[in-house]
Amino acid sequence: MAEVTIIGAGVAGLWAAWECSKAGLHPRVIDKNGPPGAHGCSWWAGGMLAPFCEGAVAEQQIVQHGQDAARAWAEVTEVVHRGSLVVALERDKDELARFARRTSGHALVTDDLAQLEPDLPGLRRALFFAGEAHLDPRRALADLLAALAARGVVVEQASASPDDVQGPVLDARGYAAGLPGLRGVRGEMVVLRAPEIDITRPVRLLHPRHPLYIVPRGAGVYMLGATQIESTDARGVSARSVLELLSAAYALDPRFAEAELLETGADLRPAFADNVPRVIARGRVLHLNGLFRHGYLMAPALARQAVAYLTTGETGDLLHAD
Amino acid sequence: MREFYGVALANPLMLGTAQYPSPAVLDAAFRASGAAVATVSLRREAGQGQAFWEIIKGLGVPVLPNTAGCHSAREAITTAQMARELFETNWIKLEVIGHADTLQPDPFGLLEATEALAADGFEVFPYTTEDQVLAARLLEAGARVLMPWGAPIGSGLGLNNRYGLKTLRAAFPDVLMVIDAGLGLPSHAADALEMGFDAVLLNTAVAQAGDPVAMARAFALAVQAGALAHAADPMAPRDMAAPSTPVLGKAWL
Repeated sequence: MAEVTIIGAGVAGLWAAWECSKAGLHPRVIDKNGPPGAHGCSWWAGGMLAPFCEGAVAEQQIVQHGQDAARAWAEVTEVVHRGSLVVALERDKDELARFARRTSGHALVTDDLAQLEPDLPGLRRALFFAGEAHLDPRRALADLLAALAARGVVVEQASASPDDVQGPVLDARGYAAGLPGLRGVRGEMVVLRAPEIDITRPVRLLHPRHPLYIVPRGAGVYMLGATQIESTDARGVSARSVLELLSAAYALDPRFAEAELLETGADLRPAFADNVPRVIARGRVLHLNGLFRHGYLMAPALARQAVAYLTTGETGDLLHAD
Repeated sequence: MREFYGVALANPLMLGTAQYPSPAVLDAAFRASGAAVATVSLRREAGQGQAFWEIIKGLGVPVLPNTAGCHSAREAITTAQMARELFETNWIKLEVIGHADTLQPDPFGLLEATEALAADGFEVFPYTTEDQVLAARLLEAGARVLMPWGAPIGSGLGLNNRYGLKTLRAAFPDVLMVIDAGLGLPSHAADALEMGFDAVLLNTAVAQAGDPVAMARAFALAVQAGALAHAADPMAPRDMAAPSTPVLGKAWL
């Protein structure tokens, strides 16, 4: 018998279910589209668990909570603990010093770069964030679903809003929840196969016009991301964005020109004005939303604070009472 | 202060709304800057950035939409028409980019678009170079404000061609001019106002600073200092040293 209903089976909803289950609650999970898939923005994520890099522009809460994400995800899925690299083309090398000033947890690598990533040619220096990690988002969602199923929690395909349900509700519908102050930020990504290239950890390219990150998915598959456009246009990826992402990748390593284009995707990330996720408590309904580009990084902390509030009334820093 | 198409600005500063870490930081930086106009780019956010536009409208200052990213007169004209509908304003900062690398204006496309838009009732702020001939043509075409560049967009180089800008300012003393693009530091903004330009427009220098709010405040102070200095009629530079302490009456042994 369900003690709490979770609406939305993206990364936020599934993590909320996992936290509920760990707290001894029996959650019921409902999503109008069923289990995670191309219909939700969690599907299109990069899967970087890079709190220190995000700190270059994100609020301190992201850096702080994000540091716990890799450990949390390791409860249910494989997390690759190889750190991440930040690089710049020779022309933009000042950008690297600037990024270093605005972040922590990094070391400048020069001669050792060839040992860290032997297959990244032509780069003389990089910032190495040894404490960061990454995962394959779709595999992580599947593993999380499997872990929940082992505890008897499955995703039901049904349309529901919090008003349709009795008892405590965790609303994790993302942009579709239509909360006041929530906006959509369009993101676009490309997946390609480049078997000749062997990069083993996420690489961020600082580029004044077309910043890019590349996340290895294994077996020569790479995810290239991601644009960040203030628009709620949810149509497919634009030609211009593909051009920009691919050009930046090509500038980093010309061998990407020979890659096989496997997939492109675009979706809306839900975000509040400060781009920090929130649990908004409104009576018996808790809204978990606004994960922006930090879905995998922040879902564990957000879910933990929501469930702590639900079970003990404890109010964490991400909790907003309405 | 002189009026931009009938609007007097409280401060000679226009601030762009792109590239901030978050809308919350944009809002705080904007308020710290005291900027009197908010520019917004339409090309890429076309159609559906509703929540973001509400934030921009909430800044409480006139909005100056731009045609950033347009590479032809036709594209710029279409974008301007969209902007007029969305923001209910006749103002348009007209950018027609001629070169992908330097983002420098295409003077021919710019003139063509200025002519068409002015005839259609738009109040055009053309993003131009320091070229005097082009300036005269843009004014003939109906522009009443000019926006000469300081340096290429986003470069932060400051006033790249001081001679050219000074000559332009002197050639059209009655025309409102806003230095647009290329400013990186508050001293660049002060410099432009000291030279007699009516305002400056910037975005990256604030949005991409480590602390955008503090940088916004620094620009607010700089434009005030620059405007005040210009109004105070600065001394002319001299080659010869001139003592500032009178020597009269000093013991002379």
